[in-house]
Parts: sequence; structure tokens; C-alpha cells
Amino acid sequence: MTPVVSPTTMKAVRESGAVPGSEFLLEVEDVRKEFPGVVALDNVRLTLKRGTVHALMGENGAGKSTLMKILAGIYTPDSGTFKLRGQVIRLKSPLDALENGIAMIHQELNLMGPMTVAENIWIRREPKNRFGLIDHGKMRHMTEELFRRLDIDIDPEIKIGKLSVASRQMVEIAKAVSFNSDVLIMDEPTSALTDKEVTHLFKIIRSLKSEGKGIIYITHKMNELFEIADEVSVFRDGHYIATKAAGEVTRDDIIRMMVGREITQMFPKETVPIGDVVLSVKGLTLKGVFHDISFDLRAGEILGLAGLVGSGRSNVAETIFGVTPASSGTIHINGKEVTIASPAVAMRHGMAFLTEDRKETGCFLLLDIQDNAQMAVLQNRYAKFGFVQQNKLTKDAAAMSNKLRVRTPDMHEPIINLSGGNQQKVLIARWLLTEPKILILDEPTRGIDVGAKAEIHRLISQLAGQGVAVIMISSEMPEVLGMSDRIMVLHEGRMTGILDRKDADQVKIMELASH
Amino acid sequence: MSANELGSTSTTGLKKVRRLPAEVSILGVLIGIAIVFEILGWYVVGESFLANKQRLSIIVLQVAVIGIIAVGVTQVIITGGVDLSSGSMVGLIAMVAASFAQTAINSRAVFLQPEWSQFGFSWFIDSSPLWAIAAGLLLGLLLGFVNGFIIAKSGIPPFIATLGMMVSVRGLAKWYTEGQPVALLSQDFAWLGQSFEVWGFPVPRTVIIFFIVAIICHVALSYTRYGKFTYAIGANPLAARVSGIDIGKHLIKVYAVAGMLSGLAGVMLAARAQSGQPNMGVAFELDAIAATVIGGTSLAGGVGRITGTVIGTIILGVVTSGFTFLKVGAYYQEIVKGMIIVTAVIIDVQRQKRKSRA
Repeated sequence: MTPVVSPTTMKAVRESGAVPGSEFLLEVEDVRKEFPGVVALDNVRLTLKRGTVHALMGENGAGKSTLMKILAGIYTPDSGTFKLRGQVIRLKSPLDALENGIAMIHQELNLMGPMTVAENIWIRREPKNRFGLIDHGKMRHMTEELFRRLDIDIDPEIKIGKLSVASRQMVEIAKAVSFNSDVLIMDEPTSALTDKEVTHLFKIIRSLKSEGKGIIYITHKMNELFEIADEVSVFRDGHYIATKAAGEVTRDDIIRMMVGREITQMFPKETVPIGDVVLSVKGLTLKGVFHDISFDLRAGEILGLAGLVGSGRSNVAETIFGVTPASSGTIHINGKEVTIASPAVAMRHGMAFLTEDRKETGCFLLLDIQDNAQMAVLQNRYAKFGFVQQNKLTKDAAAMSNKLRVRTPDMHEPIINLSGGNQQKVLIARWLLTEPKILILDEPTRGIDVGAKAEIHRLISQLAGQGVAVIMISSEMPEVLGMSDRIMVLHEGRMTGILDRKDADQVKIMELASH
Repeated sequence: MSANELGSTSTTGLKKVRRLPAEVSILGVLIGIAIVFEILGWYVVGESFLANKQRLSIIVLQVAVIGIIAVGVTQVIITGGVDLSSGSMVGLIAMVAASFAQTAINSRAVFLQPEWSQFGFSWFIDSSPLWAIAAGLLLGLLLGFVNGFIIAKSGIPPFIATLGMMVSVRGLAKWYTEGQPVALLSQDFAWLGQSFEVWGFPVPRTVIIFFIVAIICHVALSYTRYGKFTYAIGANPLAARVSGIDIGKHLIKVYAVAGMLSGLAGVMLAARAQSGQPNMGVAFELDAIAATVIGGTSLAGGVGRITGTVIGTIILGVVTSGFTFLKVGAYYQEIVKGMIIVTAVIIDVQRQKRKSRA
């Protein structure tokens, strides 16, 4: 029985610079993890070589995030062996993991809004002055050093709450890198980033590789995998499937391993008869946020809304839906002018809105799947004299959940136990249950795997075919180009152009988005 | 609805697990405490704690008044708020209800002073108890509405808004009769607070009211739109808003209901005591909140059930009565009561942690 090495020993070994002779930085075998009612990991394995990027792929619920959380010390496995640099270790807490040299960037951002960037990065490691108090000047200096090294342009003194989602993600990345750990785990690090920032991240990753660090990279985006990864492992339904070198495997091979079958079409865009104008927005303005937005939306049409993060797309959507009423401008629905003072009013006019951040404004994490799925439709339907028609509602919600292939044994499972992608599907189900005529989707496939993405795109196309008008905000170029009939581009709160499907390409969109 | 309907998604043999309802552990705590007192009773005092009709009847009565308040407070706490004004409302409304149920002109209620008699209030002397009940409930509803309105429109924390209400209302209770009690109430009114015999066991009518109220609120929370929205607001107010819920309007309803139930408790208390005293209900809000929290409702919001609150209230009543029975000094009683509250909640939080991701 190999003795377990304590974190302090590990730390000493690392600091001494001695490199124990071992090809693998990290070796993980026979890991098993069960949650009430679910086997999340069934004897999986993973290896990570020094100076490489190892991609981990799999559908939602395949177990990727679960294994990573075990490595980061957040969960304890039911069984399994973990070897770091050839030495057996046991990780009992996130602190253990950090001290052993494993840092993780989570899919759901873990930053504290009211605190500054510097405070968030150095929390628990703040530099102290001789009185034992926090040396804010030194902390700012250290942050600036770190940002200089990583070529990041963010003010260390700004409060996290004021930053865009993309900037927050960059701060998370910087924080993880600042631990100088040997193993860096990145769980969908680019979900909130635009192409420019993704390129930046890859530069950072390549320099970390050259320093001999190992990176485990979880993603759903195939193109990223082929650009940055050296090896790829695939999980399916909690089982380990295979590991291959990135150069020796094709996109279809990976999909087949992930899903067990072929997926032929990524964006099944069907030509759909475009009907009358259902939504007409003129001169919509929200002071200080966006200015003079005007467009028409027709039944059966999918209007893509593109732009850099921070360009105001989500704000426009929120205003149309009544979350933040406009300062000026008009909205007409089916030819009649309406004042959308609140989401309830918007819903009565047949609108639905899937928000960008499911953790903050989407999921009721304390409630179960059934409650999450039915909360919107309950506003206007399925209630008699205030009493919920639960039988009918449960049946319909289960049917919708099935249609979207939500992976769950039970509709009464707390939604917090579902993977991010499955949570997203429940939220989509929530809005589809309201049978909307105008559907606004803000990054609908963020954090969703290839198989499910295609399903959702097929569903959106189907809805368009049934006459639903769709506004789809997306930062994923292929998705925007593949799904939209027209693409509206925003830049710093203003419309810079509306492109027709046949005229649109990546370059034109980026141009409009940047000026 | 069963796992069979979702069969097509289950390709991994994900098994469905039967979960015990949350109340089981709290019920266990209750039974445990009762047994402990029973055993201690034989050891210390030489008689049974539970096999005494009179004592059980008193426990049950104490429980009922706090319980009526707790049921309303539970809903408030589920939305993520709190109501500190319940106890003061009980005091004021006991006074007001009592003043509507008087039998003698020799009264001190402000509105029955000769100068005010021009408003015709003297008509209420020797009148039907329904006036007292109606006045009490309406006043509770109104004060609760004010709580909710302030919280919804100004956005100040419920803690502060209801704290202000608590202080002002207690002042109102004292002002109403310049600090004097209102007594000599009509027998019809007092009937409400009395007991009737069921197989030789005295059952206070207050308890029946408590159970009816608890059942109505349980049904409302579990099966109506109102209930679902209450949980949603507590779990995630932002998401609730996006889902179309009018949070302001809903909070007003919830606080109004809590106020009305405090009013009902005040009416019951006045009926039972056959008088209204300005210091009635002091610290009742703390007992109600304690009962709610022991019953498994989370102060952070989004979690809680009326059934749990009922059990929590009973636990509180049993503990208080148990200590009196064992002739434990009043000071010790309070010290230990606080520890029991904390322990019961720790047990429940541990159970919650084990239920979701470990």
C-alpha cells in the first residue's frame, strides 16, 4: 500500500524544485461517486502529462464537472486513487487541493460582487503590513503585476459587481493562475468570452504549458479543442470511454464517443415562411445604456443579436421584456402600441425571455425541477380559483422535459443537483410551456453539449416553423450565422447594422461589432 | 407521475430514491423531548408528565396562540423576510377586540369616553362578539398591509420595517386606554377562549381555530399559485420577477395575512383572558419565529412548511411546560430553551446538507 503523502510534504517538494521522476503530472484511477439516486462517476480514470492541455468532453451529466470538483477538493469520492507527480494524495478540502498545487476555474463564477478585483484574487492570501493589517497598496501592486504578466486590462480597484460577465471570467482565470499551481482545471472557461478574449486565454494557456504546467480543459466547443488541446478524453453517462491524441481523432469520432451515435447536422436551419410583423421596436432608448434601437420582427423569423460582451444586447432584451422599462421609444405588438411596464405585461402579450445567467436570474436553486419548470406558466394558466391544476401541469412539464431530454430520475429532484446544461434545459422548458409568440433567448446554448445543442437548435427552428418570432442573443459566431434569418449587431449600445443571412459572415459581423 | 414517464431519458440506470418528508426528523425531536420529560418526571417529581389531562390542555392552549401567529410568520420568512411586529399587534388587537366586547359603561377605552360617544361607539357595549372579532381581524389586516406596503415600495429590509411597527404598535396599545386594562368582557366573547369536553378531555376552542388556520395555510402554500409564488420569491427574487411575478403585490399579501393572523391570536388571547391588557403578547414574535425555525423553515427564504411549524410550536410548548412541571427555575428555563432552539435547528440544517450535494 503506497503511503499517502501529506500536503505539507508536497509543498516542500514543489518548493525545493525537485521533480520526482514521473511522466504523468496527475493520475486518477477507479474513481466512483454517488449522489442520492444518481451514480455520477462509475470507475473513471484520467491522466495528465506535464506541459500539456488535456481536454475533457462529454454530454451534460456525463460526470466531467463532478470529477473536476473532486480534484479540486470540493467533493470527496466514494473510492479512487489519486497520484500527483507519482505520489499518492488524498484531497479533503478545496484548501488541500490548492496546497497540493491544483487550482480550478469553475463554470459558475465564484466571485464576490461587493468586493474589488484585487480583494477577490488575493482573498485569504492578502499581503499584510507590519501591523498585521492588509496592505492594500501592495495588493494592488501584486494584482497589476499579475495582470501585466497575463496582459489583462482591468482596474484592480473596481468592484466585481460592476464588471461584465466576460471580464469577471478573466479575473477568475487570473486568480487561478496566481496560485502558480502545477495543475490548472478550467471548466468551460470561454462560455462568457468573445473571440478576442478566447485568443487571449489561449495565449495564456500556451505560456503556462511552456512552464511545464498541466491543464485540464472542459469544453463543448470542438473548434477550441482542436486549437488548444494535446489530448482529449471522453466521458459518457459517468463512464470513461477513451483518451486520444488530438491530432489522431476527428470531430465525428469524438461526437460518436460522447453520444454513442452519429450526429449529422449541427444547425438544422429549415426555410420557414416568414409572416407578418409581430414586434416593432422604434427608437428604443434606455438612458446611459442603449440608444435608438429600432427593428421589426416577423412571425417565423429568427433574428440573431450579435455584438461584443457589454454592447447592451441583454439590456435591450430586458427592456423589451419589461424588466427595466425604457426611457423612451415605442414598442408595437401586432400593430398596436404597448407599454411593457413589467415582465407580467410582456408575458400577457405572448413574450418569453430566457436570461443570460441561469444562476442569478434563472433557476430557483432551492426548489425542485417541477417548480422551476412551471413558475412562468403559472402566471396566466393552470390555476382555477388560485388552486394549481397540478396533475395536468406535472404531465405537461414532464412531457416538455422529456422532449428536451433533461437527464433526471425524478421531477422532484432539487434543480441544484442537475448539471449546468440540464438546468438550462429546464429553464427553456419553463418558457416553452407558456407557448410564447415572441421568444427572446439570451445565450440559450451556453454550457450545453453538442448533442443537446443540436436538439435545441432543431427545437428553435421548429418553433419558428410554427410561427413563433425569435430573438436570439449569442456570442457564438457559428450559432448566429447558422440559425439567424437576419443578424442585428450592436456596439456600445447602438445598432451598427442589420445583415441578411445571405450577406452575413464572421468578418462583417466582427467589423460591425467593433465600431 | 412516475419515473416511467421519464423512462426514455434514463439511459444510465439512474435510480429514483424515496425521500422521507422533512417533518419526520422534527417529529422525532418532538417525540424525543416528550420522552425525556416523561422519564425525568418519574425521576424528579414522581409522576407522569404526559398522562395529565389538565397539563396537556394547558400546553395545547399555549401552543395554539403562538401557533396562529407562527403560521403567518412562516409565510413571511419563506419569502425571505421576517415579521417582528406580531407580538405588539397581539397586544394592541387584544385591547381593541376587548373594547368592542365590553359589558359595562364603566370602561376606559378612549373611544367610549363621553366626548367620543357622539360617534355611537357605545352601541357596541353588550353587542355580539362578531364585532370584536371583525374589528380585531380587520385591524390586523390593515397593520399587516402597512408593513407589506412599506417593505414593497421603499425596499427597506423587513427587519427594520417590522421593528418600527413593533415599537409604534406597542405604543398604540398603551395609548388606547392610557395603559389601563379592559375587563368585564361579555360571556359570548369569552366563550371563544373556553374549552369543551371531548371524551373527558378539555379541548380549548382556540386549538380548533389553530388547526383550521394551519390547514388552510398549508393548503394555500402547497397547492395554490399564491403558495408557489411565495416560495419563488424567497428562493430567487430576480428570477421570480423575470417569471412574471409581481413581487411588491405579493409581499403585501403575505404581510397582510401575517398581520391578520396576529390579530386573530390577539382576539383569542383576549377571549381566553376575558380581558385586554396593553402588555399582552410581549415577545410572542420571538416564540413564533423560534417555532417556525425549529420547524425547518430557513431564515434565508425559499424553504419551509406549515406542518414543520406546527410541530415546532408544539416542541416549544412541551419544553416550556416540561420545565414548569419539573419545577425548574424560570431563569434556567430561558437559558435552556435558547439552547434547545439552536440544537433543533442544527439538527435540521445537517439533514438539509445531507440531502443535497455532499
